[in-house]
Amino acid sequence: MPIHTVKSYEDELALLDKKIAQMGGLAEHNLAQAFDALQRRDPRQAEMVVVADQAIDLLERDIEEQVIEMIARRQPLANDLRHVMAALKITSDLERIGDLAKNIAKRAGAIAEVSHPKPVISGLGRMVELALKQLKSVLDAYADHDAERAIEVWRDDQQIDAMYNSLFRELLTYMMEDPRNIGLSTHLLFGAKNLERVGDHTTNIAETVHYLVRGEPITDDRPKGDDTSLTLVTKHE
Amino acid sequence: MEHQIVQDASIAEVPVAGPTITARDVNVFYGEKQALFDVSVDINRNSVTSFIGPSGCGKSTFLRCINRMNDTIPICRVTGDIRLDGENIYDTDLDVVELRARVGMVFQKPNPFPKSIYENVAYGPRIHGLTRSKKELDELVESCLEKAGLLKEVHDRLDEPGTGLSGGQQQRLCIARAIATRPEVILMDEPCSALDPIATAKVEELMDELKANYTIIIVTHSMQQAARVSQRTAFFHLGKLVEVGDTRQIFTNPRNKRTQDYITGRFG
Repeated sequence: MPIHTVKSYEDELALLDKKIAQMGGLAEHNLAQAFDALQRRDPRQAEMVVVADQAIDLLERDIEEQVIEMIARRQPLANDLRHVMAALKITSDLERIGDLAKNIAKRAGAIAEVSHPKPVISGLGRMVELALKQLKSVLDAYADHDAERAIEVWRDDQQIDAMYNSLFRELLTYMMEDPRNIGLSTHLLFGAKNLERVGDHTTNIAETVHYLVRGEPITDDRPKGDDTSLTLVTKHE
Repeated sequence: MEHQIVQDASIAEVPVAGPTITARDVNVFYGEKQALFDVSVDINRNSVTSFIGPSGCGKSTFLRCINRMNDTIPICRVTGDIRLDGENIYDTDLDVVELRARVGMVFQKPNPFPKSIYENVAYGPRIHGLTRSKKELDELVESCLEKAGLLKEVHDRLDEPGTGLSGGQQQRLCIARAIATRPEVILMDEPCSALDPIATAKVEELMDELKANYTIIIVTHSMQQAARVSQRTAFFHLGKLVEVGDTRQIFTNPRNKRTQDYITGRFG
Protein backbone atom coordinates (compact mmCIF):
# COMPACT_ATOMS: atom_id res chain seq x y z
CA MET A 1 0.00 0.00 0.00
CA PRO A 2 1.36 3.46 -0.83
CA ILE A 3 1.99 5.55 2.26
CA HIS A 4 0.08 8.63 3.30
CA THR A 5 0.97 11.98 1.82
CA VAL A 6 0.92 13.18 5.44
CA LYS A 7 3.66 11.18 7.08
CA SER A 8 2.58 11.82 10.67
CA TYR A 9 -0.75 10.13 9.85
CA GLU A 10 1.15 7.04 8.74
CA ASP A 11 3.18 7.16 11.96
CA GLU A 12 0.05 7.36 14.07
CA LEU A 13 -1.44 4.27 12.42
CA ALA A 14 1.82 2.38 12.95
CA LEU A 15 1.88 3.48 16.59
CA LEU A 16 -1.67 2.20 17.03
CA ASP A 17 -0.61 -1.23 15.72
CA LYS A 18 2.39 -1.23 17.99
CA LYS A 19 0.21 -0.57 21.03
CA ILE A 20 -2.25 -3.31 20.05
CA ALA A 21 0.63 -5.77 19.64
CA GLN A 22 2.00 -4.76 23.02
CA MET A 23 -1.39 -5.10 24.67
CA GLY A 24 -1.95 -8.48 23.01
CA GLY A 25 1.44 -9.68 24.22
CA LEU A 26 0.61 -8.63 27.80
CA ALA A 27 -2.77 -10.36 27.65
CA GLU A 28 -1.13 -13.59 26.43
CA HIS A 29 1.53 -13.38 29.11
CA ASN A 30 -0.97 -12.73 31.91
CA LEU A 31 -3.22 -15.57 30.85
CA ALA A 32 -0.32 -18.03 30.88
CA GLN A 33 0.87 -16.72 34.26
CA ALA A 34 -2.62 -16.91 35.70
CA PHE A 35 -2.97 -20.56 34.85
CA ASP A 36 0.50 -21.25 36.14
CA ALA A 37 -0.45 -19.63 39.46
CA LEU A 38 -3.61 -21.73 39.59
CA GLN A 39 -1.80 -24.93 38.76
CA ARG A 40 1.00 -24.37 41.26
CA ARG A 41 -1.43 -22.87 43.80
CA ASP A 42 0.84 -19.87 44.16
CA PRO A 43 -0.97 -16.80 45.61
CA ARG A 44 2.11 -14.61 45.14
CA GLN A 45 2.29 -15.28 41.45
CA ALA A 46 -1.48 -14.71 41.29
CA GLU A 47 -0.96 -11.30 42.89
CA MET A 48 1.59 -10.43 40.20
CA VAL A 49 -0.98 -11.13 37.51
CA VAL A 50 -3.46 -8.83 39.24
CA VAL A 51 -0.89 -6.03 39.31
CA ALA A 52 0.22 -6.65 35.72
CA ASP A 53 -3.38 -6.27 34.53
CA GLN A 54 -3.16 -2.56 35.32
CA ALA A 55 -0.73 -2.15 32.44
CA ILE A 56 -3.33 -3.63 30.09
CA ASP A 57 -5.99 -1.24 31.39
CA LEU A 58 -3.66 1.72 30.89
CA LEU A 59 -2.93 0.66 27.32
CA GLU A 60 -6.64 0.36 26.61
CA ARG A 61 -7.23 3.92 27.75
CA ASP A 62 -4.22 5.11 25.77
CA ILE A 63 -5.46 3.44 22.57
CA GLU A 64 -8.98 4.78 23.08
CA GLU A 65 -7.65 8.30 23.48
CA GLN A 66 -5.48 7.97 20.42
CA VAL A 67 -8.38 6.70 18.29
CA ILE A 68 -10.67 9.51 19.44
CA GLU A 69 -7.99 12.06 18.65
CA MET A 70 -7.37 10.53 15.22
CA ILE A 71 -11.07 10.62 14.40
CA ALA A 72 -11.21 14.26 15.45
CA ARG A 73 -8.06 15.35 13.65
CA ARG A 74 -7.73 13.03 10.65
CA GLN A 75 -11.30 12.02 9.88
CA PRO A 76 -10.12 8.64 8.60
CA LEU A 77 -11.93 7.07 5.66
CA ALA A 78 -12.15 3.69 3.91
CA ASN A 79 -9.42 1.28 5.09
CA ASP A 80 -8.07 3.88 7.53
CA LEU A 81 -11.52 4.22 9.07
CA ARG A 82 -11.79 0.45 9.40
CA HIS A 83 -8.28 0.41 10.85
CA VAL A 84 -8.96 2.82 13.72
CA MET A 85 -12.37 1.29 14.44
CA ALA A 86 -10.80 -2.18 14.51
CA ALA A 87 -8.14 -0.97 16.96
CA LEU A 88 -10.85 0.49 19.19
CA LYS A 89 -12.82 -2.76 19.23
CA ILE A 90 -9.80 -5.03 19.62
CA THR A 91 -8.46 -3.02 22.53
CA SER A 92 -11.68 -3.58 24.43
CA ASP A 93 -11.64 -7.33 23.72
CA LEU A 94 -8.04 -7.51 24.91
CA GLU A 95 -8.90 -5.62 28.06
CA ARG A 96 -11.65 -8.16 28.80
CA ILE A 97 -9.22 -11.02 28.20
CA GLY A 98 -6.89 -9.35 30.72
CA ASP A 99 -9.73 -9.22 33.26
CA LEU A 100 -10.56 -12.88 32.72
CA ALA A 101 -6.91 -13.82 33.26
CA LYS A 102 -6.92 -11.76 36.46
CA ASN A 103 -10.05 -13.57 37.62
CA ILE A 104 -8.42 -16.96 37.02
CA ALA A 105 -5.37 -15.85 38.99
CA LYS A 106 -7.50 -14.71 41.94
CA ARG A 107 -8.95 -18.20 42.21
CA ALA A 108 -5.44 -19.55 42.80
CA GLY A 109 -5.52 -17.87 46.21
CA ALA A 110 -8.94 -19.26 47.06
CA ILE A 111 -8.02 -22.87 46.40
CA ALA A 112 -4.39 -22.76 47.51
CA GLU A 113 -4.98 -25.08 50.46
CA VAL A 114 -6.89 -27.79 48.62
CA SER A 115 -5.40 -30.56 46.52
CA HIS A 116 -6.41 -30.59 42.87
CA PRO A 117 -7.99 -33.38 40.87
CA LYS A 118 -5.24 -34.10 38.30
CA PRO A 119 -7.32 -34.82 35.18
CA VAL A 120 -9.28 -31.59 35.59
CA ILE A 121 -6.15 -29.48 35.90
CA SER A 122 -4.59 -31.08 32.86
CA GLY A 123 -7.88 -30.51 31.01
CA LEU A 124 -7.73 -26.83 31.98
CA GLY A 125 -4.09 -26.80 30.88
CA ARG A 126 -5.05 -27.95 27.41
CA MET A 127 -7.74 -25.31 27.26
CA VAL A 128 -5.27 -22.58 28.20
CA GLU A 129 -2.85 -23.84 25.58
CA LEU A 130 -5.47 -23.68 22.88
CA ALA A 131 -6.79 -20.30 24.02
CA LEU A 132 -3.24 -18.91 23.91
CA LYS A 133 -2.61 -20.39 20.47
CA GLN A 134 -5.82 -18.85 19.17
CA LEU A 135 -5.02 -15.48 20.70
CA LYS A 136 -1.54 -15.45 19.22
CA SER A 137 -2.91 -16.46 15.86
CA VAL A 138 -5.52 -13.70 15.79
CA LEU A 139 -2.96 -11.06 16.82
CA ASP A 140 -0.76 -12.22 13.94
CA ALA A 141 -3.77 -12.05 11.61
CA TYR A 142 -4.26 -8.43 12.72
CA ALA A 143 -0.61 -7.53 12.24
CA ASP A 144 -0.45 -9.17 8.79
CA HIS A 145 -3.96 -8.12 7.68
CA ASP A 146 -4.64 -11.80 7.05
CA ALA A 147 -8.38 -12.44 6.68
CA GLU A 148 -7.93 -16.16 5.95
CA ARG A 149 -6.14 -16.68 9.21
CA ALA A 150 -8.87 -14.73 11.03
CA ILE A 151 -11.49 -17.09 9.61
CA GLU A 152 -9.41 -20.06 10.76
CA VAL A 153 -9.31 -18.70 14.32
CA TRP A 154 -13.02 -17.99 14.18
CA ARG A 155 -13.77 -21.59 13.15
CA ASP A 156 -11.41 -23.19 15.65
CA ASP A 157 -13.16 -21.59 18.60
CA GLN A 158 -15.51 -24.57 18.66
CA GLN A 159 -12.62 -26.69 19.91
CA ILE A 160 -12.40 -24.53 23.03
CA ASP A 161 -16.16 -24.82 23.43
CA ALA A 162 -15.93 -28.60 23.15
CA MET A 163 -13.21 -28.71 25.81
CA TYR A 164 -15.33 -26.55 28.07
CA ASN A 165 -18.26 -28.96 27.64
CA SER A 166 -16.25 -31.96 28.63
CA LEU A 167 -14.66 -30.17 31.62
CA PHE A 168 -18.10 -29.02 32.72
CA ARG A 169 -19.35 -32.60 32.77
CA GLU A 170 -16.24 -33.87 34.48
CA LEU A 171 -16.51 -31.29 37.26
CA LEU A 172 -20.20 -32.01 37.80
CA THR A 173 -19.43 -35.69 38.21
CA TYR A 174 -16.66 -34.84 40.65
CA MET A 175 -19.03 -32.69 42.70
CA MET A 176 -21.66 -35.42 42.79
CA GLU A 177 -19.14 -37.97 43.99
CA ASP A 178 -18.41 -35.98 47.12
CA PRO A 179 -20.00 -32.68 48.22
CA ARG A 180 -16.68 -31.68 49.81
CA ASN A 181 -15.39 -31.21 46.27
CA ILE A 182 -17.97 -28.56 45.44
CA GLY A 183 -15.95 -25.53 46.58
CA LEU A 184 -12.87 -26.44 44.60
CA SER A 185 -14.84 -27.64 41.59
CA THR A 186 -16.83 -24.46 41.40
CA HIS A 187 -13.65 -22.39 41.28
CA LEU A 188 -12.25 -24.60 38.56
CA LEU A 189 -15.53 -24.46 36.68
CA PHE A 190 -15.42 -20.66 36.73
CA GLY A 191 -11.83 -20.89 35.55
CA ALA A 192 -12.94 -23.03 32.62
CA LYS A 193 -15.79 -20.66 31.89
CA ASN A 194 -13.33 -17.75 31.87
CA LEU A 195 -11.21 -19.56 29.31
CA GLU A 196 -14.27 -20.20 27.20
CA ARG A 197 -14.97 -16.44 27.37
CA VAL A 198 -11.37 -15.70 26.35
CA GLY A 199 -12.11 -17.81 23.28
CA ASP A 200 -15.20 -15.72 22.56
CA HIS A 201 -13.27 -12.46 22.75
CA THR A 202 -10.62 -13.95 20.49
CA THR A 203 -13.42 -14.80 18.07
CA ASN A 204 -14.65 -11.20 18.25
CA ILE A 205 -11.16 -10.04 17.34
CA ALA A 206 -11.14 -12.48 14.41
CA GLU A 207 -14.41 -10.96 13.15
CA THR A 208 -12.97 -7.47 13.53
CA VAL A 209 -9.82 -8.43 11.60
CA HIS A 210 -11.93 -9.87 8.81
CA TYR A 211 -13.92 -6.63 8.58
CA LEU A 212 -10.72 -4.60 8.66
CA VAL A 213 -9.23 -6.50 5.74
CA ARG A 214 -12.25 -7.27 3.59
CA GLY A 215 -14.64 -4.48 4.54
CA GLU A 216 -17.42 -6.94 5.26
CA PRO A 217 -18.41 -9.26 8.10
CA ILE A 218 -17.68 -13.00 8.13
CA THR A 219 -20.72 -14.66 6.60
CA ASP A 220 -19.97 -18.37 7.11
CA ASP A 221 -22.02 -20.38 9.56
CA ARG A 222 -20.10 -21.48 12.57
CA PRO A 223 -21.16 -24.58 14.48
CA LYS A 224 -21.77 -23.68 18.12
CA GLY A 225 -19.83 -25.91 20.47
CA ASP A 226 -21.06 -24.80 23.88
CA ASP A 227 -24.30 -26.53 24.95
CA THR A 228 -23.75 -26.37 28.71
CA SER A 229 -26.45 -23.77 29.12
CA LEU A 230 -28.90 -26.42 27.91
CA THR A 231 -27.57 -29.11 30.22
CA LEU A 232 -29.02 -30.20 33.55
CA VAL A 233 -27.42 -33.08 35.37
CA THR A 234 -29.74 -35.15 37.56
CA LYS A 235 -29.11 -38.07 39.87
CA HIS A 236 -30.62 -40.47 37.34
CA GLU A 237 -27.97 -39.78 34.76
CA MET B 1 -42.19 -2.42 27.58
CA GLU B 2 -42.48 -2.88 23.87
CA HIS B 3 -39.63 -1.46 21.92
CA GLN B 4 -40.10 -0.36 18.40
CA ILE B 5 -37.30 -0.34 15.92
CA VAL B 6 -37.35 3.02 14.27
CA GLN B 7 -35.61 3.45 10.97
CA ASP B 8 -33.74 6.71 10.83
CA ALA B 9 -35.16 8.52 7.83
CA SER B 10 -31.98 10.46 7.19
CA ILE B 11 -30.01 7.25 6.83
CA ALA B 12 -32.60 5.30 4.85
CA GLU B 13 -32.12 5.05 1.13
CA VAL B 14 -34.09 7.50 -0.93
CA PRO B 15 -36.42 5.64 -3.27
CA VAL B 16 -35.24 6.15 -6.79
CA ALA B 17 -37.60 6.60 -9.69
CA GLY B 18 -35.16 5.88 -12.50
CA PRO B 19 -32.18 8.05 -13.36
CA THR B 20 -32.68 11.69 -14.38
CA ILE B 21 -29.48 11.77 -16.34
CA THR B 22 -27.84 8.96 -18.26
CA ALA B 23 -24.43 9.51 -19.81
CA ARG B 24 -22.87 6.98 -22.18
CA ASP B 25 -19.33 6.98 -23.57
CA VAL B 26 -18.81 10.69 -23.10
CA ASN B 27 -15.48 11.96 -24.44
CA VAL B 28 -14.39 15.57 -24.21
CA PHE B 29 -11.52 17.17 -26.11
CA TYR B 30 -9.97 20.59 -25.65
CA GLY B 31 -8.37 20.94 -29.07
CA GLU B 32 -6.00 17.98 -29.38
CA LYS B 33 -6.05 17.19 -25.70
CA GLN B 34 -8.58 14.65 -24.48
CA ALA B 35 -9.98 15.59 -21.07
CA LEU B 36 -12.61 12.86 -20.58
CA PHE B 37 -12.51 9.22 -21.68
CA ASP B 38 -15.64 7.11 -22.19
CA VAL B 39 -17.55 8.27 -19.13
CA SER B 40 -20.78 6.35 -18.60
CA VAL B 41 -22.87 7.02 -15.51
CA ASP B 42 -26.47 7.28 -14.32
CA ILE B 43 -27.47 10.14 -12.03
CA ASN B 44 -30.35 9.33 -9.70
CA ARG B 45 -33.42 11.53 -9.50
CA ASN B 46 -34.10 13.52 -6.33
CA SER B 47 -30.82 12.73 -4.69
CA VAL B 48 -27.37 14.23 -4.29
CA THR B 49 -24.49 12.78 -6.30
CA SER B 50 -20.97 13.98 -5.57
CA PHE B 51 -18.08 14.00 -8.01
CA ILE B 52 -14.68 13.71 -6.38
CA GLY B 53 -11.14 13.45 -7.70
CA PRO B 54 -7.87 15.37 -7.86
CA SER B 55 -7.62 18.68 -9.73
CA GLY B 56 -7.66 18.17 -13.47
CA CYS B 57 -9.34 14.76 -13.26
CA GLY B 58 -12.25 15.86 -15.44
CA LYS B 59 -15.03 16.08 -12.85
CA SER B 60 -15.81 19.76 -13.55
CA THR B 61 -15.49 19.14 -17.28
CA PHE B 62 -18.08 16.40 -17.02
CA LEU B 63 -20.34 18.57 -14.85
CA ARG B 64 -20.20 21.28 -17.50
CA CYS B 65 -21.25 18.79 -20.19
CA ILE B 66 -24.58 18.35 -18.43
CA ASN B 67 -25.79 21.87 -19.14
CA ARG B 68 -23.58 22.35 -22.20
CA MET B 69 -21.47 25.02 -20.55
CA ASN B 70 -18.58 23.61 -22.55
CA ASP B 71 -20.24 24.99 -25.71
CA THR B 72 -18.94 28.39 -24.65
CA ILE B 73 -15.35 27.16 -25.11
CA PRO B 74 -14.62 27.27 -28.88
CA ILE B 75 -11.98 24.50 -28.95
CA CYS B 76 -14.05 22.13 -26.83
CA ARG B 77 -15.59 19.08 -28.49
CA VAL B 78 -17.96 16.60 -26.81
CA THR B 79 -18.85 13.15 -28.14
CA GLY B 80 -21.08 10.45 -26.72
CA ASP B 81 -24.58 10.55 -25.41
CA ILE B 82 -26.05 12.47 -22.47
CA ARG B 83 -29.76 12.24 -21.83
CA LEU B 84 -31.94 14.25 -19.48
CA ASP B 85 -35.19 12.36 -18.90
CA GLY B 86 -34.42 10.33 -22.01
CA GLU B 87 -33.89 13.38 -24.19
CA ASN B 88 -30.51 13.79 -25.90
CA ILE B 89 -29.21 17.15 -24.68
CA TYR B 90 -26.73 17.39 -27.57
CA ASP B 91 -29.54 17.12 -30.11
CA THR B 92 -29.10 19.90 -32.71
CA ASP B 93 -32.77 20.90 -32.31
CA LEU B 94 -32.42 21.42 -28.58
CA ASP B 95 -32.66 24.96 -27.23
CA VAL B 96 -29.55 25.43 -25.09
CA VAL B 97 -31.02 28.39 -23.21
CA GLU B 98 -34.00 26.27 -22.24
CA LEU B 99 -31.68 23.41 -21.23
CA ARG B 100 -29.79 25.72 -18.88
CA ALA B 101 -33.08 26.74 -17.28
CA ARG B 102 -33.76 23.05 -16.62
CA VAL B 103 -30.21 22.41 -15.44
CA GLY B 104 -29.20 25.22 -13.08
CA MET B 105 -25.67 25.86 -11.89
CA VAL B 106 -23.97 27.25 -8.81
CA PHE B 107 -20.28 28.12 -8.94
CA GLN B 108 -17.34 28.04 -6.60
CA LYS B 109 -17.23 31.78 -6.09
CA PRO B 110 -20.61 33.36 -5.33
CA ASN B 111 -21.38 35.49 -8.38
CA PRO B 112 -24.57 37.46 -7.90
CA PHE B 113 -25.47 39.92 -10.66
CA PRO B 114 -24.61 43.53 -9.79
CA LYS B 115 -28.29 44.12 -9.19
CA SER B 116 -30.69 44.07 -6.25
CA ILE B 117 -31.38 40.90 -4.30
CA TYR B 118 -34.85 40.85 -5.84
CA GLU B 119 -33.57 41.26 -9.40
CA ASN B 120 -31.01 38.49 -8.97
CA VAL B 121 -33.81 35.99 -8.43
CA ALA B 122 -36.37 37.62 -10.75
CA TYR B 123 -34.03 37.80 -13.75
CA GLY B 124 -34.30 34.17 -14.87
CA PRO B 125 -38.08 33.79 -14.57
CA ARG B 126 -38.51 37.10 -16.39
CA ILE B 127 -36.36 36.23 -19.43
CA HIS B 128 -37.91 32.76 -19.62
CA GLY B 129 -41.41 34.23 -19.25
CA LEU B 130 -42.30 31.99 -16.33
CA THR B 131 -44.64 34.43 -14.61
CA ARG B 132 -47.58 36.47 -15.91
CA SER B 133 -47.85 39.30 -13.43
CA LYS B 134 -45.76 41.34 -11.04
CA LYS B 135 -47.60 39.69 -8.16
CA GLU B 136 -46.76 36.21 -9.42
CA LEU B 137 -43.12 37.19 -9.87
CA ASP B 138 -43.02 38.65 -6.36
CA GLU B 139 -44.37 35.39 -5.00
CA LEU B 140 -41.87 33.33 -6.97
CA VAL B 141 -38.93 35.46 -5.78
CA GLU B 142 -40.12 35.14 -2.22
CA SER B 143 -40.61 31.39 -2.40
CA CYS B 144 -37.17 30.86 -3.97
CA LEU B 145 -35.50 32.96 -1.28
CA GLU B 146 -37.46 30.98 1.29
CA LYS B 147 -36.38 27.64 -0.22
CA ALA B 148 -32.79 28.85 -0.27
CA GLY B 149 -33.09 29.62 3.44
CA LEU B 150 -32.35 33.29 2.84
CA LEU B 151 -35.72 35.03 3.10
CA LYS B 152 -35.62 35.65 6.85
CA GLU B 153 -32.27 37.37 6.53
CA VAL B 154 -33.13 39.60 3.56
CA HIS B 155 -36.92 40.14 3.51
CA ASP B 156 -36.64 43.80 4.53
CA ARG B 157 -33.89 44.70 2.07
CA LEU B 158 -34.78 43.10 -1.24
CA ASP B 159 -33.85 46.30 -3.07
CA GLU B 160 -30.31 46.32 -1.76
CA PRO B 161 -27.54 45.01 -4.00
CA GLY B 162 -26.91 41.25 -3.84
CA THR B 163 -23.20 41.92 -3.75
CA GLY B 164 -23.62 43.56 -0.34
CA LEU B 165 -24.47 40.24 1.31
CA SER B 166 -21.95 38.04 3.10
CA GLY B 167 -20.25 35.26 1.12
CA GLY B 168 -22.52 32.56 2.50
CA GLN B 169 -25.62 34.66 1.87
CA GLN B 170 -24.44 35.42 -1.66
CA GLN B 171 -24.05 31.70 -2.34
CA ARG B 172 -27.56 31.02 -1.08
CA LEU B 173 -28.76 33.90 -3.26
CA CYS B 174 -27.14 32.15 -6.23
CA ILE B 175 -28.96 28.96 -5.26
CA ALA B 176 -32.25 30.93 -5.06
CA ARG B 177 -31.44 32.34 -8.51
CA ALA B 178 -30.74 28.83 -9.82
CA ILE B 179 -34.04 27.38 -8.58
CA ALA B 180 -36.06 30.37 -9.82
CA THR B 181 -36.19 28.94 -13.34
CA ARG B 182 -37.75 25.76 -11.88
CA PRO B 183 -34.91 23.45 -12.92
CA GLU B 184 -34.89 19.68 -12.51
CA VAL B 185 -31.18 19.49 -11.94
CA ILE B 186 -28.82 21.74 -9.98
CA LEU B 187 -25.10 21.49 -10.71
CA MET B 188 -22.83 22.76 -7.97
CA ASP B 189 -19.15 23.28 -8.68
CA GLU B 190 -17.41 23.45 -5.29
CA PRO B 191 -20.17 25.62 -3.86
CA CYS B 192 -18.70 25.84 -0.37
CA SER B 193 -14.98 26.19 -0.98
CA ALA B 194 -15.11 29.95 -0.37
CA LEU B 195 -17.42 29.73 2.64
CA ASP B 196 -16.82 29.50 6.38
CA PRO B 197 -17.99 26.37 8.27
CA ILE B 198 -21.33 27.84 9.37
CA ALA B 199 -22.19 29.10 5.88
CA THR B 200 -21.07 25.70 4.55
CA ALA B 201 -23.37 23.92 6.98
CA LYS B 202 -26.26 26.12 5.83
CA VAL B 203 -25.65 25.26 2.19
CA GLU B 204 -25.35 21.56 3.06
CA GLU B 205 -28.60 21.69 5.00
CA LEU B 206 -30.16 23.39 2.02
CA MET B 207 -28.98 20.64 -0.33
CA ASP B 208 -30.55 18.10 1.98
CA GLU B 209 -33.89 19.90 1.75
CA LEU B 210 -33.69 20.64 -1.98
CA LYS B 211 -33.02 17.04 -2.93
CA ALA B 212 -36.70 16.25 -2.31
CA ASN B 213 -37.52 18.25 -5.44
CA TYR B 214 -34.29 18.48 -7.41
CA THR B 215 -31.54 16.26 -8.66
CA ILE B 216 -28.28 17.68 -7.36
CA ILE B 217 -24.74 17.06 -8.52
CA ILE B 218 -21.91 18.54 -6.50
CA VAL B 219 -18.22 18.70 -7.33
CA THR B 220 -16.23 18.91 -4.13
CA HIS B 221 -12.65 18.57 -2.94
CA SER B 222 -13.77 17.86 0.59
CA MET B 223 -14.13 14.12 1.18
CA GLN B 224 -16.06 14.85 4.34
CA GLN B 225 -18.49 17.05 2.46
CA ALA B 226 -19.09 14.37 -0.17
CA ALA B 227 -19.61 11.83 2.62
CA ARG B 228 -22.01 14.15 4.44
CA VAL B 229 -24.24 15.40 1.66
CA SER B 230 -24.43 12.80 -1.08
CA GLN B 231 -26.18 9.49 -1.53
CA ARG B 232 -23.93 8.46 -4.41
CA THR B 233 -20.32 9.30 -5.11
CA ALA B 234 -18.35 9.11 -8.34
CA PHE B 235 -14.56 9.16 -8.34
CA PHE B 236 -12.75 10.56 -11.40
CA HIS B 237 -9.07 10.21 -12.13
CA LEU B 238 -7.07 11.21 -15.21
CA GLY B 239 -10.22 11.84 -17.21
CA LYS B 240 -11.80 8.49 -16.40
CA LEU B 241 -14.64 7.55 -14.14
CA VAL B 242 -12.90 5.08 -11.84
CA GLU B 243 -15.68 4.10 -9.48
CA VAL B 244 -19.24 5.12 -8.76
CA GLY B 245 -21.35 3.76 -5.94
CA ASP B 246 -23.34 4.24 -2.81
CA THR B 247 -21.60 6.97 -0.75
CA ARG B 248 -21.60 4.75 2.32
CA GLN B 249 -19.78 2.02 0.41
CA ILE B 250 -17.30 4.39 -1.28
CA PHE B 251 -16.18 5.87 2.04
CA THR B 252 -16.12 2.70 4.13
CA ASN B 253 -15.21 0.02 1.60
CA PRO B 254 -14.26 1.32 -1.85
CA ARG B 255 -13.87 -1.44 -4.46
CA ASN B 256 -11.13 0.24 -6.45
CA LYS B 257 -7.65 0.70 -5.06
CA ARG B 258 -7.23 4.10 -6.70
CA THR B 259 -10.42 5.31 -5.03
CA GLN B 260 -9.13 4.09 -1.69
CA ASP B 261 -5.74 5.72 -2.15
CA TYR B 262 -7.35 9.01 -3.10
CA ILE B 263 -9.91 9.29 -0.33
CA THR B 264 -7.43 8.25 2.34
CA GLY B 265 -4.84 10.75 1.14
CA ARG B 266 -2.33 8.25 -0.24
CA PHE B 267 -2.12 9.59 -3.76
CA GLY B 268 1.37 9.78 -5.23
